[in-house]
Amino acid sequence: MQEWIINGLLAVVTLLALVLQAIGTKPSAGMTKKQKKMLWRILAASALLLVLQLLGTGVFAPLGAAGRWVRLVVYLVDYGIVGHDILRKAGKGIRNGRVFDENFLMAVATLGALALAVYENGDYLEAIAVMLFYQVGEWFQSYAVGKSRRNITELMDIRPDYANLEQDGKVERVDPDEVAVGTVILVQPGEKVPIDGVVTEGSSSLNTAALTGESLPREVKAGDEIISGCINMTGLLRVRTTKEFGESTVSKILDLVENATSRKSRSEDFISRFAQIYTPAVCYAALALAVLPPLVRLFLLGLDAGWEIWVYRALTFLVASCPCALVISVPLSFFAGIGGASKAGVLVKGSNYLETLSKTRVVVFDKTGTLTQGVFEVNGIHHNEMDDARLVEYAALAESASSHPISKSLQRAYGREIDRSRVTDVQEISGNGVTAKVDGIPVAVGNDKLMDRLGVTYIPCHSVGTILHIAIKGKYAGHIVISDRIKPHSKQAIEALRAAGVQKIVMLTGDADKVARQVAETLGVDQVYSQLLPADKVDKVEALLADNAGSNAKLAFVGDGINDAPVLGRADIGIAMGAMGSDAAIEAADVVLMDDDPLQISKAIKISRKCLGIVYQNITFAIGIKLLCLVLVAFGVANMWLAVFADVGVMILAVLNAIRALFVKNL
Amino acid sequence: MKKTYKIEVDCANCANLMENAARKTTGVQNATVNFMTQKMIVEFEEGNQPESVMANVQKACKKVEPDCEIYL
Repeated sequence: MQEWIINGLLAVVTLLALVLQAIGTKPSAGMTKKQKKMLWRILAASALLLVLQLLGTGVFAPLGAAGRWVRLVVYLVDYGIVGHDILRKAGKGIRNGRVFDENFLMAVATLGALALAVYENGDYLEAIAVMLFYQVGEWFQSYAVGKSRRNITELMDIRPDYANLEQDGKVERVDPDEVAVGTVILVQPGEKVPIDGVVTEGSSSLNTAALTGESLPREVKAGDEIISGCINMTGLLRVRTTKEFGESTVSKILDLVENATSRKSRSEDFISRFAQIYTPAVCYAALALAVLPPLVRLFLLGLDAGWEIWVYRALTFLVASCPCALVISVPLSFFAGIGGASKAGVLVKGSNYLETLSKTRVVVFDKTGTLTQGVFEVNGIHHNEMDDARLVEYAALAESASSHPISKSLQRAYGREIDRSRVTDVQEISGNGVTAKVDGIPVAVGNDKLMDRLGVTYIPCHSVGTILHIAIKGKYAGHIVISDRIKPHSKQAIEALRAAGVQKIVMLTGDADKVARQVAETLGVDQVYSQLLPADKVDKVEALLADNAGSNAKLAFVGDGINDAPVLGRADIGIAMGAMGSDAAIEAADVVLMDDDPLQISKAIKISRKCLGIVYQNITFAIGIKLLCLVLVAFGVANMWLAVFADVGVMILAVLNAIRALFVKNL
Repeated sequence: MKKTYKIEVDCANCANLMENAARKTTGVQNATVNFMTQKMIVEFEEGNQPESVMANVQKACKKVEPDCEIYL
């Protein structure tokens, strides 16, 4: 019965190797040379083993006494085909002082089993099969990891290879590094934008998925800013570069992605320390298992020592103990988690931050630019008798000389080119507003104080924001409310954070109390602190950290990267939003959200939870099965076959589970 | 000075081992191995020639992971 199962297994492995080899000839399969070579070795070894099995030991009988040794040589050749690299690596490891690793375990276990078989002139099959299945497991692991790694890097492949320069009507490809600031480059449909710049000619849709994870294309036309790393989808664009390649968004992001993961998480440290203690420990345990019970039987119980049984058990114990599943899958989970996060537009600087992020219970927001747009807009026009558009026109023209953000927002609301010649007699009254003549008509635009000063009765406003009263020809003409707009997803983002288990949400702002309270109420924030200077924000975060001290809960600070660097550094984890172009944010933050969307924060937390969940699953699952196997083996319930299947099976399951951390789309 | 090298390594743990080995090499200020992008970023201490330091880094990496490859 067992014979049939074994033959069947060998046949399956042989067939599988053949099929995979055929698949491997196609370049799309993405098999490396090393993997193909290993596959040939597996194929040859399993086929030879199958032939030997089918022929049976009978074929060697006619050779007489020499038959035993011929048979041994044939099996040794087979062993060599499949396992020579493991033996070599184990030898190298011993020479380099790294004795106890998985190669050593496998080499000792299989060589020991072979020696035992030679001594008994018994079954060589087992030792070779252990090596064979171990290699099959390693191969699958390497292939699965390589394939998913390539999938993710292809998605993140935003490095532009060249820039197109137009010279004498001819297009020339040059290294983006050599393009000077202010040069006009050509971006054809299907090409990546190599350098940040401004579109001078043409219009097109851009695919920004690789940068922001946002699948909706972005439309650009002449005059728009364009960031490198986007893919030009439809039209030909001429772009005047505003930065050098090294300073462009794409370079900064690549730098960030490639530099990530240098900081190790506690789980990874735990595993590497665990492996350092565990492997020598099981080796000594195996030695004790081989030596102690026979000695006890021999001297204390007066029984037959039964060396073969105990040595066999000890060797099986070594096979079962191999810690590959843990050692391989835990770092892989973190790599996959960070890779999956960057695919979603969340750049995490190291696996320790992924770990901290998963424990976030308090989120502190900076208001401007994070929960709100950070761009002032005309939000309301009240008590006016003339057309809204006309009122805005007067106000915009009167304020046209000013470079204040308020004036900019009026100009944006006006939407047309300002004709400065229509404005005369501009008088700026500091802290009050502006008076001017527009088309010869006297216009006054300003706050309450200006109206009082001019003796115009005005109607106070209940809305929150900056109120601009307007008087035309000395008569009150209404007021315009200018305020910062809450981002469309802010409220949803706060709700999503609560759903993700965040217990406290705090908002800090330098803005006026009234504005801060209104935003906090709309969004449902727990606590709000207003009129803070940058240094006050650090104090507040420190106070919140002190409240939290001692508990496992972590505090995250979310800012837009402008003036936030000290706070980002002080919090347990600093999250910067809208990283495009803000160097300070990329430097100071631990997590960078490529998008301005606050919803990404809860997504980042969910990704980290999933990744950490997988890590813990793998740790408990692998250690649990290992311990169970070791106990079974020590009591002689399990043989070497079971041990190798447990080992390879756990490894493959753990690796597949780890790769799951890559898939973050539906979180 | 900082330089980026393309590498080839099969498992995430081996990448970590290489990183540690590279960091311990003399002349290396800091080293990061990114398994996902298969890159090694080495920051050299001042006054060291990257070529000679990298030869040692390669040797050290081969010791911990015979299967790895660094393209200099």
